[in-house]
Amino acid sequence: MLISKRRGGLAAASALAAAALAVSSCSSGSTPESSAPASSAAAEPVTIRVQTFGGGSNFGYKNAVDKWNAEHKDIQIKYENLTDQFEQQYWPQMIQWLTSGTGAGDVVGIDEGGMGLAKARTEWWADLKEYGLESRKADFPAWKWENGVAGDGKLFALGTDIGGMSICYRKDLFEKAGLPADREAVGALWPTWDEYMNVAKKFQDKVKDTKFADGTNTLYQVVLYQEAAKNGNISYFDTTNNLVVDKNPAVKTAFDFAQKMSQQGLTAKLRNFTDEWATGTQKGSFATVGCPSWMLGVVSGNAGDDGKGKWDVASVPGGGGNWGGSWLAVPKQSKHPKEAAQVADYLTQAQTEASVFTDFGNMPSNTKAQQDPAVQGAKNEFFNDAPIGEIFAKSAASLQPVFLGVKHAQVKNAIESVVQGMDDGSVPYDKAWQQLVDDAVKAAG
Amino acid sequence: MSLDTLPRAMRNNHRRARPPGRRWRSRLDVKAMPYALVSPYFILFAAFGLFPLAFTLYYSLYDYDLTGTTEWAGLDNYAALLADSAFWRATLNTVSMFLLATIPQMLLALFLANALNKRLRFRLAIRMSVLLPLVTSVVAVAVVFTQLFARDWGLVNYLLGLAGVDPTNWRAERIPSWIAIATMVDWRWTGYNAIIFLAGMQTIPRDLYEAASIDGASRRRQFWQITLPMLRPTMIFVVLNSTIGGLTLFSEPMTFYNGNPDGGSQGQFQTVAMFVYKEAFREFDYGYASAAAWLLFLLILIGAAINFLFVRRIGGTK
Repeated sequence: MLISKRRGGLAAASALAAAALAVSSCSSGSTPESSAPASSAAAEPVTIRVQTFGGGSNFGYKNAVDKWNAEHKDIQIKYENLTDQFEQQYWPQMIQWLTSGTGAGDVVGIDEGGMGLAKARTEWWADLKEYGLESRKADFPAWKWENGVAGDGKLFALGTDIGGMSICYRKDLFEKAGLPADREAVGALWPTWDEYMNVAKKFQDKVKDTKFADGTNTLYQVVLYQEAAKNGNISYFDTTNNLVVDKNPAVKTAFDFAQKMSQQGLTAKLRNFTDEWATGTQKGSFATVGCPSWMLGVVSGNAGDDGKGKWDVASVPGGGGNWGGSWLAVPKQSKHPKEAAQVADYLTQAQTEASVFTDFGNMPSNTKAQQDPAVQGAKNEFFNDAPIGEIFAKSAASLQPVFLGVKHAQVKNAIESVVQGMDDGSVPYDKAWQQLVDDAVKAAG
Repeated sequence: MSLDTLPRAMRNNHRRARPPGRRWRSRLDVKAMPYALVSPYFILFAAFGLFPLAFTLYYSLYDYDLTGTTEWAGLDNYAALLADSAFWRATLNTVSMFLLATIPQMLLALFLANALNKRLRFRLAIRMSVLLPLVTSVVAVAVVFTQLFARDWGLVNYLLGLAGVDPTNWRAERIPSWIAIATMVDWRWTGYNAIIFLAGMQTIPRDLYEAASIDGASRRRQFWQITLPMLRPTMIFVVLNSTIGGLTLFSEPMTFYNGNPDGGSQGQFQTVAMFVYKEAFREFDYGYASAAAWLLFLLILIGAAINFLFVRRIGGTK
């Protein structure tokens, strides 16, 4: 190949090498990459690294990135999903990169749990107003937009998805347990969490080798976010960043429910977003899991093709709730803030967010996307063609934001460890609440 | 040193042969060159050994929060650590896992080395293969062991089940988690230590064994009376090395819980190194983490001293 003096020969060689690279990096699994960069190697395109987190299909940008890369020769997106876990790994790593001034991608995803800190440290971020993105204000519900605006008026983040709430369940196992398996009928089984627990007991009497719920943490979060909406939309911190774990009834209600489920032996004792949990999704360790919209992609990604048609989606006990949802920001350290802003703009456009929803299930925060008929009428193939548009989009407009403090990520982690610990037997049930409060105080300190 | 070892006549000769202008250069050559040649090690040591030591010592006296402020704290960090039950739990975990891993590992390595020291077919190939686990990436080892010790679908629980034992939750129960991690450590390091023991064994003069055979000592007796005492210097090295490795144990327990430095929901297998990592890189409490790192350093010094005294007595000569 070196003999060939024509540029075409060299380009072909570099294309081959790039393709080989793309193939080898694809084989590692969860990091989707486009094969497009090869063809435009000669023009030296700007590469924009998009960093995200989450299990399964995470932010669901695979198809959107492929599309962009095919259409834009001058800007190529490199989509890196760093890890399943936000509080444990992604956010600490990101904070290190942001404080040290190097290492972060050009566009980075931030979970709601990190937004308190992100907002307090505006010096980390580029101002998206400088790139004309203030015009996007009309696309988002006020709270989603406001949370991306720092105290000094800097626009640092654009909304991606929102939570919404549902229950993913194993249709085949419900049939096996002699329960109604149709999603309407399943939803009718459990208008409240007490009724959910009764169904769980009936299920557990019939089916021995599969537990009803995945573990304590997912249920705890679902109930916490529902209850938070009834208690002034706060969870661990009040709006002036005082720790209110022991004062907010939402926390105690969610904890009590998780504890009862665990004590009755209705949980598989798996901690969410771990390898064992992912394997358990695939191998049928549990029959139901609390599913905010973005969890659909996590479940389908973890379950794999074998799970197709076995899973379905039903409405959640106790009404709606808003667990999760993320933002995209451009770190100040990015060498190509203008192009990065363009990419962040593209990824949050109504069209992109709508396609992410129909392809993977993450509910758009973009109101235009929410009103898109394609979204409203969307069905999810993996979940037995469940009408996810109907399930999530209808309630999307009424969702309320829950305030999360600056130290939310640390406190959440400490509390989840106790909630998990009482399930796996390392924290006695009668001491769990006191330890939860103590550990939360320590983590907030 | 190098100057003294040169014969005086040669040095004088040296001086006379060169014109005066060059003298300083030749002196520089003789005086400074040796230092220049050994300096790379010391420069690297200063950058990656001494500087971090001083840096952590300095910051261990501050309340240094990466996401917040830095304030003088004196010995507050140390006082808080000594009262922190999580720190003591991590210390107990570390020491227990160290003992659980190292004692069987030393014995295994010793007997393995003894076996490899005999005349065998394909001796080189067999000796090399003992090192294989060491060249495997620790992440790969951890992934495999994580699956072996999985609660629901793991091979170990399956085998225990065949023997009628109830499945163990290897990440939730304290002692089982220690055993799982100690197994992982031994898998990686036994071969390495065996090779070092083997090298030590080969330096023992053959005539000792021949004399012992003539006196009618059995093979077993020769091992206890000749091999072990003669191996003492090697053993001191191996034990110190394992002490340092065991007390700074990090990668295996870390990967055993999805890269989460909590080491189990309630720190069942969190080591001190993980505690330091957690405080520094998840809670961003650098001062506290630095103080914990210094206490870990002290712990290693104590551990090394105990082991040194202990190993010195092996063979009964002292």
